[in-house]
Amino acid sequence: MVELALPKNSQITGGKSWPKPQGASKLTEFRIYRWNPDDGKNPSIDTYYVNREDCGPMVLDGLIYIKNKIDPTLTFRRSCREGVCGSCAMNIGGTNTLACTKGMDEVLVKGVVNVYPLPHMPVVKDLVPDLTRFYAQHASIEPWLQTDTAAPEKEWRQSKEDREQLDGLYECILCACCSTSCPSYWWNGDRYLGPAALLQANRWLKDSRDERTGDRLDNLEDPFRLYRCHTIMNCAQACPKGLNPAKAIAEIKKMMVERQI
Amino acid sequence: MADSPSRIERPLSPHLSIYRPLFTMVMSIVHRITGGALYFGTVILVWWLLAAATSPGAYDLFSSIAGSWIGRLVLLGYTWALIHHALGGIRHFIWDFIHGFGAKERELMAKATLAGSIVLTVVVWIIGLALKG
Repeated sequence: MVELALPKNSQITGGKSWPKPQGASKLTEFRIYRWNPDDGKNPSIDTYYVNREDCGPMVLDGLIYIKNKIDPTLTFRRSCREGVCGSCAMNIGGTNTLACTKGMDEVLVKGVVNVYPLPHMPVVKDLVPDLTRFYAQHASIEPWLQTDTAAPEKEWRQSKEDREQLDGLYECILCACCSTSCPSYWWNGDRYLGPAALLQANRWLKDSRDERTGDRLDNLEDPFRLYRCHTIMNCAQACPKGLNPAKAIAEIKKMMVERQI
Repeated sequence: MADSPSRIERPLSPHLSIYRPLFTMVMSIVHRITGGALYFGTVILVWWLLAAATSPGAYDLFSSIAGSWIGRLVLLGYTWALIHHALGGIRHFIWDFIHGFGAKERELMAKATLAGSIVLTVVVWIIGLALKG
């Protein structure tokens, strides 16, 4: 359901301003969402200053600088630091993206880097959202090759053209930037599968080797699971890999119509 | 997790209040709002038809209210909502054929919808007022 205001326990109150690093000539201000499950308080926004002469250019570099040099309690996920793993997805400068591939200077709003967890998600701590449901939705589209034909001796062959059908779909890293940017997913995330899971659904619908296309479409034929997409396009705007979930979803809707005529 | 003493009530991360408004997102919201407004516009339309079918007195009442400046403002809004929603519908129709999903195309289509709705509303009113004399 549409709920514009945050629940009482989620409203942001106050926050701490941490001292500026000494002797730095170029500073960038970070305002970061904080929530600690152990202190029983509401979320807050803490202010930090990053010494740019002692720090790499990306937002993730800034977060690591803060954790190493200012406040070791700051909690966030990160791993590959090159846009491959999808761990450091968060809301930066008002848009969902990966902290590792976004430059600090690209996201300044009035000179400040604003960092929040992915929107409309339960928070585990600070910038770490609970993605349990997101992964369950991905599992629900059965993201693996399903066939009735006996497995070939060596491998399932695919023509070059058929393989090209998967371009723009297989590259998804499941970072959840798209799904958590979608207002439809915010209001109906319990029943609407969201852009990421649906892009993956399309990836398996398109696969020339898969033999369960009909079952897959049956599984999506539902007023919520698929059709809560209203082509708002936030997903396509947010995807850090440049993919287009909105288009993938439209292709599924088209397949739904085509199989009836 | 199951045997922890009490379940932690996790906060919900902020959403609408922190997300930078994107033009296509705002246009989607406007499409919804205009769609809702059309319900009320249809009631006005029904009232007009009913008044015309009932009696000269009923029709005069409708005319005097619709002709007042507030009435005209509402009708102007209804005209715009109708055209905006119709053009938005065409935009969705184009998407249904898997066109216009690129970053440039979707921005352009959103801008065209907004500009087109304003221009067409003005044109409709100029024609309407000219015909009225």
